[in-house]
Amino acid sequence: MTEGSAAGAHADKELLAVHALEAGYGKIGVLHGVTLRVAAGEVVALLGPNGAGKTTLLRTLSGLLPRTAGEVRFDGRDMRDAGPREAARAGLVHVVEGHRVFTQISVNDNLLLAGYDLPRGERAARVDEALSFFPEIAAKRLDRGGALSGGQQQMLAVAQGLVRRPRLLMLDEPSAGLSPVLVDRVLDVVTRLRAQGTAVLLVEQLIDKALAVSDRVYALAQGQVVLSASAAETDLHHRLERAYFGA
Amino acid sequence: MILGQVVLNGFLVGAVYALFSSGLTLIWGMMNVVNFAHGDFVMIAMYVAFVVFTALHLGPAVFVPLAAVLLFLLGVLVYFSLVRHVMRGPMLAQILGTFGLALVLRYATLWVFSANFVSLPDNLLGPVVTVAGLRLEPSRVVAGLAALTLTIGLHLLLTRTALGSRLLAVAEDRNAAMLVGIRPDPMQALAWGIGAACTGVAGALIALFFYISPTVGESLALIAFVVVCLGGFGSVPGALVAGLLIGVIESLSAFWIGPANKDVVVFILFLAVLWFRPQGLLGKA
Repeated sequence: MTEGSAAGAHADKELLAVHALEAGYGKIGVLHGVTLRVAAGEVVALLGPNGAGKTTLLRTLSGLLPRTAGEVRFDGRDMRDAGPREAARAGLVHVVEGHRVFTQISVNDNLLLAGYDLPRGERAARVDEALSFFPEIAAKRLDRGGALSGGQQQMLAVAQGLVRRPRLLMLDEPSAGLSPVLVDRVLDVVTRLRAQGTAVLLVEQLIDKALAVSDRVYALAQGQVVLSASAAETDLHHRLERAYFGA
Repeated sequence: MILGQVVLNGFLVGAVYALFSSGLTLIWGMMNVVNFAHGDFVMIAMYVAFVVFTALHLGPAVFVPLAAVLLFLLGVLVYFSLVRHVMRGPMLAQILGTFGLALVLRYATLWVFSANFVSLPDNLLGPVVTVAGLRLEPSRVVAGLAALTLTIGLHLLLTRTALGSRLLAVAEDRNAAMLVGIRPDPMQALAWGIGAACTGVAGALIALFFYISPTVGESLALIAFVVVCLGGFGSVPGALVAGLLIGVIESLSAFWIGPANKDVVVFILFLAVLWFRPQGLLGKA
């Protein structure tokens, strides 16, 4: 399933391939044939107005929501009927919107839980590795998840994802509810992940901040991809606007 | 001194209340399902104790663990055959589902054992000992202390172990738990198993000094609901404190205003607490 020549750069290797994906809630269809790709080590921004289906797409890819039609391949594997457990184990990790952490248990336990199926020694190493991205919460290891601030909870949610050492990390609006400084801190992690070869699919409302850390961009509107472009393209804002409004 | 005796007896019964109520609060907190058959689980465990004692002449060292295992299996079975399905339906389906189960268990027991009240011999664990003026009935002391230990053990299981973290994770956010690879189904089945095993132990223990009948579950279920509401939904420490409190209040009111009226006092206090602290004594707002 790899595209490009064998001699091509690491970044050309196809990691996620979604073709004509349809999904929704009950009888209400939300995704109407989404097709997109993410290459290994690439950061892709997924933009779009509210209700476009961004969150539904992530939920379908991570197996929380069953798909009704279409294909999903991850790292060459057929993921059409994979549940959340299989997706997470394959390295397709989803950090949900709204900094959802387990509030009743400690920061450390939150992270241990994220890697609960790993061998003990490996798990401890992964937790330290994930915390190395976020010194702020490393200092609060023994605090309850519920005692952290919103920004710290978002960091913990991302760190939980990192414990699984993802090949593709899907972040759903990590900036939601955070101060600008914290948004930069979280998005800075995206850049660091990219540098170490982890691909990121980033759903964001803050278009400029998202574009600054991304290689490519897709825009979703009414359950379909309406724009696919390089993040470096000029005039992207106008193209996005036109794509959203179907002009 | 007699007051000390009354408080002690209430405390020991209260510990058993706390244990079976912990099972109810665990299931309630885990998946927002109210198990109306909870009291009847306790009743089944009492009959396990009765049958093991009368048919096999074996004591609590056998029938308490056996009741725990049997009720654990019953809890898992009920989860997979009933609860998992009614959870997808409306709230009314859950209520009627477990209420129906309660009736099935109650009338099946009535059919097999008839409506007669039975009990285990008073001195099954030996004669009454008097220490510093307090009458210590071995059956009550053993039941109370065992229940107290197990309730604390359940709390430690939930808060100090990796398994407990997984149970709490599923309880708090099913989707987030699924995204780290936890399968909610086995965890919820386990919660039903553990919750029912609590009733198993509690039922077998309370059978040591309580009358046994097919309808005894009704009054015990009522106590469990009061304990869980007082202690806060999903809180095992809350259930422990509330269970002991109800035991002592019940015992004191039986002493002061007569055994027939003890429930009235409990329910009036219950209403008063709900009026001023609707989240329960230890519950979070």
